[in-house]
Amino acid sequence: MTPQADPVETANEAGTFAENILHFARTLRRAGLPVGPGRVIEALRAVECAGLQRRDDFYWTLHSVFVNRHDQWPLFDQAFHIFWKNPDILKKMMDMMLPTTYLDKVSGDEDEISKRLSQALAPDEAPDSDNDQENEEVEINAELTTSESELLQEKDFEDMSTEELEEAKKAMQSLKLPIREVRTRRLVARSSGNRIDMRRTLRAALRSGGATIPLRYRTNIKKHPPLVIMCDISGSMSQYSRMLLHFLHAITNDRDRVHTFVFGTRLTNITRYMRYRDVDEALDAVSEKVEDWSGGTRIGSTIEEFNKYWSRRVLGQGAVVLFISDGLDRDQADILGPEMERLHKSCRQLIWLNPLLRYDGFEPKARGIKAILPHVDIFRTVHNLQSLSDLSEILSQPDTNTDNTRRLIA
Amino acid sequence: MPSTLPSSIDAVETLLKEANYVADRSLATVLFLSLKMGRPLFLEGEAGVGKTEIAKVLADQLDRPLIRLQCYEGLDVSSAVYEWNYARQMIEIRLSEATETTDKKTLGQNIFSDEFLIKRPLLQALEDTGKGAPVLLIDELDRTDEPFEAYLLEVLSDFQITIPELGTIKAAEPPIVIITSNRTREIHDALKRRCLYHWVDYPDAEREKDIIRRKIPGADERLTAQIVAFVQKLREDPSLFKLPGIAESLDWTNALTELNTISLDPAVINDTLGVLLKYQDDIAKMQGSEAAEILTQINQELESSGDTAG
Repeated sequence: MTPQADPVETANEAGTFAENILHFARTLRRAGLPVGPGRVIEALRAVECAGLQRRDDFYWTLHSVFVNRHDQWPLFDQAFHIFWKNPDILKKMMDMMLPTTYLDKVSGDEDEISKRLSQALAPDEAPDSDNDQENEEVEINAELTTSESELLQEKDFEDMSTEELEEAKKAMQSLKLPIREVRTRRLVARSSGNRIDMRRTLRAALRSGGATIPLRYRTNIKKHPPLVIMCDISGSMSQYSRMLLHFLHAITNDRDRVHTFVFGTRLTNITRYMRYRDVDEALDAVSEKVEDWSGGTRIGSTIEEFNKYWSRRVLGQGAVVLFISDGLDRDQADILGPEMERLHKSCRQLIWLNPLLRYDGFEPKARGIKAILPHVDIFRTVHNLQSLSDLSEILSQPDTNTDNTRRLIA
Repeated sequence: MPSTLPSSIDAVETLLKEANYVADRSLATVLFLSLKMGRPLFLEGEAGVGKTEIAKVLADQLDRPLIRLQCYEGLDVSSAVYEWNYARQMIEIRLSEATETTDKKTLGQNIFSDEFLIKRPLLQALEDTGKGAPVLLIDELDRTDEPFEAYLLEVLSDFQITIPELGTIKAAEPPIVIITSNRTREIHDALKRRCLYHWVDYPDAEREKDIIRRKIPGADERLTAQIVAFVQKLREDPSLFKLPGIAESLDWTNALTELNTISLDPAVINDTLGVLLKYQDDIAKMQGSEAAEILTQINQELESSGDTAG
């Protein structure tokens, strides 16, 4: 809007322009940014104040309103450049072009745009049918699917759809993984407790000039034990690793003291990457770092590596271990047993999540599975969101039950 | 004994050598920097590589008091910084009642004064000792929990501690701080940022021999050479769960000397493996033919290098 513009024209322009901003805000909202109607009004006001003389002014003005956390910035940036693609932005607005015309171009830039955005820009698409986690089919004869050659390739994470993400997110909100809190040795002031807090007692005594001594207490703080997650990303698990990484991202950001490892033929610590707030960024970083997506599995040597180099560093404070794998091992299982035993003995609780367990007729026939089973406390399935929510229920139960494993061993 | 700080890396090396601590150049460098820049030194490494020893030697050589804070889970302000002497305070309250001078305000001021304060290591470290700033050793920091680490971060950045009843106590001269960790958990980056970091590694054969010679002057030269070669070989073995540290080499030398061993043989190794290896699996792996094989190997190597006398 030029300063000397005719007011009527300005009003017209402003109408289109407001609409454009509205569309842009919607796009952002679909892509997962928290943009409410209030923000849109705010944005309009802000743009009015700042004017539209320069593209970068416009960019930063919108940025100041729509982005309130640093990790939202990459998404905003992409959205902005796609949405207001034409540098001659003012002219576009004058021509009353609606952003929908860009959509065709957008879908061509797959490598540039995160899937979340392109879906957000094409709003009325039917949700992908392949998102339906419930209907996922696994090869029953999974023993043949562990590949014999290590596929060292960069897995592209971009095919995560908004649909899936939303579902995962929803599940995550209810998934707090309330692993039973354990008593720590640190004390905190409480109205009743198991020890006398001398300091507070004395202060209270002073209030009455020492005539009475009202007792004050301290008691142990309860705290979540640390959580160590080991997730299998080999070929036979590839249907799940994507979903599971979302799950892992959520629980990593839900609390402190979570360590995340992924393994196929080798072990990679991805804890730091999972700390990125934005799930896309986090998973991007992980895919950069991890080299053996969908290759074979060498559970035995992986656990051995973990025991040797990591267990003493991350299991130090009575950690709970989540071991996520189908247990189909390409290795000889003879080291797997002892190594699993060592892992089990060095943590508070070992929980094995296995997607194969969803089959009623599942029997631990594979040697790897047989080797692992005696050493886990809890053995549960993990193949859909439902099983993940069940998991949180199990973990909050007071004592470890081993019924499941016992039944399978017997 | 010099009480001034060493002025060069060489001086640091000499200083440590005088106390029979054989440091490699990298450690001497980082130690020098930490003294020069007044930054805490964060030493991480396997158990038994001489991390704690450094602080002791430093305090000794610089003629400064050594204040040691041994960390454990649940360590809190009352055991790390200060505590009021409650029993004495109680008595004081009773006395003032008996003498009927129960003016609450004065009483409060009285019983929360310096003489009722029990000083714990962190507070002691901020006090002037008359000999210069003390050496503060914070040992095995990884055993504490995160809240304590966060508190320590505060202390290490300003070297001051606030006691609500007394006010703020600030160090005239910051202490020389050495922090050690065995990596039973990862220490937060924020704390590491405040410090100079050094990973204390196992020594090489030459240094290890030097250390044994200095610490156990009576040990037989040939035996020492064999012991060091054997231990070094063990450390190359990727299948061992817990590698022997310098402390273990020294213990083993002592043990073998006590047993009047002049030269290693498979039987004596088998009998004393428990001094060197601390896990049953490791011992089982090494016992018998494995140890004998290594022994033959090192004997050949020693022969060929002509290094029978160190």
